[in-house]
Amino acid sequence: MSRVVLLIPVLLFVIVGAFFAWGLTRDPSRIPSQLIDRPLPVFEMPAIEGHVEGLSTDELKGEVALLNVFASWCVSCHIEHPVLMRLAAENAVPIYGLNWKEKPGDGKAWLDRFGDPYTKVGDDQTGRVAIDLGVTGAPETFVIDRDGRVRFKVVGPITEQYWAETLGPLIEDLRRP
Amino acid sequence: MRVAVFIAALLAAGGAFAAEPDELLADPAMEARAEKIDAQLRCVVCQSQSIAESNAPLAKDLRILVRERIGMGDSDREVIAYVVERYGDYVLLKPPVQGNTIFLWAFPALALAAAAGGAFLFLRSATQVPAAAAPLDDDDEDAVNRILDERG
Repeated sequence: MSRVVLLIPVLLFVIVGAFFAWGLTRDPSRIPSQLIDRPLPVFEMPAIEGHVEGLSTDELKGEVALLNVFASWCVSCHIEHPVLMRLAAENAVPIYGLNWKEKPGDGKAWLDRFGDPYTKVGDDQTGRVAIDLGVTGAPETFVIDRDGRVRFKVVGPITEQYWAETLGPLIEDLRRP
Repeated sequence: MRVAVFIAALLAAGGAFAAEPDELLADPAMEARAEKIDAQLRCVVCQSQSIAESNAPLAKDLRILVRERIGMGDSDREVIAYVVERYGDYVLLKPPVQGNTIFLWAFPALALAAAAGGAFLFLRSATQVPAAAAPLDDDDEDAVNRILDERG
């Protein structure tokens, strides 16, 4: 009996250790979005300098679409941009842009230089719309369904692999009636 | 004249890149409330810091937002709820006591209780006087004597 009691601390250690080991596999920078399955917050963003049209919530309804948070100062956006360009060229999915905390003119300069994959771009200079969306960094991409609800959030750049394995199939699923 | 232009330029630059003092609310009581709230909110970029300590741009945006909400007449609780609605419980440096955190909060007390219980049982058994040994039967007595004899 007393032998068994001696094993209890070892057992506790194993349980706590397993719990911590599991914790180590989780990425703390991926904060779960509060918006999943909720309607996209209402916003009305002006056009970026040099563009005519801005972006408002109502435009992201009726069709499965992506809302991509980007900025010219964002390093990973350089990795993501060619993928967005390809998706736009193939009409894979409409992509809307939120130009986050950009100095006037920088957003347009970026799009002029690397190409513009966006159907429309809104300017969020103060970062207030990004806060409403719970954005923690750039790039981040929201998947919006037909009813204008957020169904998924991608934290970090969309790579070709990520598109092929995760995002593309997800969008196909959402398109099914 | 040159000095005046220089100073004017410095002031203008200060306005363009809103520095931390620009965030402060004019009313010291409100500012004190805002600072208390800042200290409770996690910066989602550099996650071990509160937004009061962090110099990340997003933390600055959130500090400005906190002050704006206070200016609009929100209570402290409402300001925090506003941020939590957008970023989740994760932004609270002190997790709320609720269903999924009850184990977290209860664990120290449970561990202490378990340790106290274990210690109590152990000490009680250690202080107990061992029961008097049963007298040896004849066979054992013989065996003992034989061994003692062999050793001389």
